[in-house]
Amino acid sequence: MNTAATETLTVTVEREIPYPPEKIWRALTQPHLIEEWLMKSDFKPVADHRFSFRADWGSVDCQVLSIEDGKTLSYTWAAMGLDSVVTWTLTPSGAGTLLRMEQAGFRTDQKQAFHGARFGWQKFFESLEQALARTD
Amino acid sequence: MPNASDTLFKTLADPTRRAIFEQLCRKGEQTVGALTIKAGVSQPAVSKHLGVLKQAGLVRDRHEGRQTHYSAQLGALGPLVDWTSQMTGFWQSRFDHLEDLLKRMDQ
Repeated sequence: MNTAATETLTVTVEREIPYPPEKIWRALTQPHLIEEWLMKSDFKPVADHRFSFRADWGSVDCQVLSIEDGKTLSYTWAAMGLDSVVTWTLTPSGAGTLLRMEQAGFRTDQKQAFHGARFGWQKFFESLEQALARTD
Repeated sequence: MPNASDTLFKTLADPTRRAIFEQLCRKGEQTVGALTIKAGVSQPAVSKHLGVLKQAGLVRDRHEGRQTHYSAQLGALGPLVDWTSQMTGFWQSRFDHLEDLLKRMDQ
């Protein structure tokens, strides 16, 4: 492997939540509820559906990869020049649910990631400039 | 915010300076003269921006005869591309919001 080595980045957040899977599933899949804890979106619980998450700092382009009612949901997540896949897993646990989110991202080498990230960063830097201007 | 990222943010927040840096990332090593043609500002202004970029560790200079060649140091972008820790923080806070919502859905 040389400088073009592929690097996989994974983020996992797991939490025991004292509510049944059905209830959490609604919060993960109904846009008016998703908006309350994540971002505005036009999500639909349908495989291949393309949607986006929107926030004041920009948007995330997504596509549903797989969905198994009440159990797992995964979608692509493209933001800041990096493509990744977000997978939610709900496992009944005692009186509640073990909720697991895994986000796996991919980048080849740093230079390429930088080129890809350029447009995302431009937006990021624009909002940064505004933020800095306010603090001055 | 830690000092290193603070410097990095401030350095790249200037659009002209950022354009110079992006030019070096895209085209590789270049002289002040070549950068001035693209930047649309005077050569002293470009030199000043390059000095700030150098202080932030974003560019390196190499002297050759009367010419100074500048190249981008992508490693210095580390604090900005620490994707894993950024996303972990993001999702942790979203989980908090999700739990708050689930509590409200009860009522």
